Amino acid sequence: MTWVLNNLDLILQLTLQHIRLSIVPIVLGFIIALPLGWVAYRYRLTRGLVLTLVGLLYTIPSLALFVILPPLLGIGFLSEANVLIALTIYAVAIMARSVAEALASVDQGVKQAATAMGYSGWGRFWTVDFPLAGPVLLAGLRVVAVSTVSLLTVGIVVGVQSLGYLFTNGFQRGIVEQVLAGVVMVVIIALLFDGLLVLLGRWLMPWTRVAKSAQRKAAVA
Amino acid sequence: MNLFVEAWLWLTDPLNWEGAGSIPVRVGEHLFYTVLAMTAAALIAIPLGWLIGHTGRGRELAVGISGAARALPTFGLLYLFVMLAGVTLRGPSTVLVLVLLAIPPILAGAYAGLEVIDRRTIDAARAVGMTEWQILWKVEVPLGLPLLLGGLRSATLQVVATATLAAFVNLGGLGYDIVQGIALRRYDQMLGAAILVIILALLLDAIFAILERYAVPRGVRAGRDTDVRTTPTGRRATAESSATT
Repeated sequence: MTWVLNNLDLILQLTLQHIRLSIVPIVLGFIIALPLGWVAYRYRLTRGLVLTLVGLLYTIPSLALFVILPPLLGIGFLSEANVLIALTIYAVAIMARSVAEALASVDQGVKQAATAMGYSGWGRFWTVDFPLAGPVLLAGLRVVAVSTVSLLTVGIVVGVQSLGYLFTNGFQRGIVEQVLAGVVMVVIIALLFDGLLVLLGRWLMPWTRVAKSAQRKAAVA
Repeated sequence: MNLFVEAWLWLTDPLNWEGAGSIPVRVGEHLFYTVLAMTAAALIAIPLGWLIGHTGRGRELAVGISGAARALPTFGLLYLFVMLAGVTLRGPSTVLVLVLLAIPPILAGAYAGLEVIDRRTIDAARAVGMTEWQILWKVEVPLGLPLLLGGLRSATLQVVATATLAAFVNLGGLGYDIVQGIALRRYDQMLGAAILVIILALLLDAIFAILERYAVPRGVRAGRDTDVRTTPTGRRATAESSATT
């Protein structure tokens, strides 16, 4: 514990940095994946195209992506933008598929009823399809959040500061406690993000809770 | 773009294709760790997944473990294991990390594959007098094969991607050239190696894509109207098994 107690400032600073850098790809990934997933869901032709493309993006190992992006985009190897763009690509790769599946999970009858009541296409998407796709969207977003937090640590290899610093520095100096502190903090941030997303889901989609408790009651009765 | 030309020159330089630490050796090391870890993980996760899928017990536990495992930073775990086990045991430590990484998606694929099977099919098998073993081997395993392969596929991708980290504990693999390239500012070398890792990942992915196509039993392929992989549980299985390094 001595190392941890003596370096609380460093741990806190890296944790805040880690949180700051993780939020960007998660939010950006969600925003970009939304139209992409919609296109994949809506048209048969683009479905295969988009899903194959994000599938291919997802197969690129992160370390390789960190190395390949800078010359491709003309940004510096050591810049934060490099890691943020790479992680956003992964977020989009996971999330676009989730969005397509989420939209497909909405009951066809409900959509038709909404159209019959006079919803326009745009209005129906935001007020009917999108909220009803919520639970599956949330599941995808939780995967994105947790894996982004964990992946960000690899960024230290190309010099972007995060909790990954505790891994490389601790390994070089042979301090097990330091590496362990990094692992524990990453897991805590991941669980924190996951918990916040679950709470956000409950707050934004109160009907899912009602449905679940009704199911439970039905099962008991 | 001119860096890519240099990477191409590095990749095609005959000097990099022979001797110790050459490209074929690095690819060999990389594949060795991948295959070793995947075999060990499959031996553990497939029987366990089938047990969960067949009995229907322990599913919540499996989902919980898969979720928690995703939060673990593999990179930090690798350093931690190597430090705890000692540098001489860094090989087994690295493979252990890769095995831990591969287990959750394989497990999810194995039990989800059994779970999506129509209960009536299994009841019918039981009704015609099949023993539990026969139900497992002749009904559940073949029908669950596509999802199991899906799980193996995403596990392989993660392992092949993460095997690049082996170089950080001096174990070679394609990561070696990336690490050395970064240290020496040799962009051609790191970019070339990065491209090789991507090609390797894509190749393995393509192999699994082909296997998945042939994994569907003929009788099922003839009769089905929708793709097995897009059933609700299948969807969950793929969502559960994502996360690369």
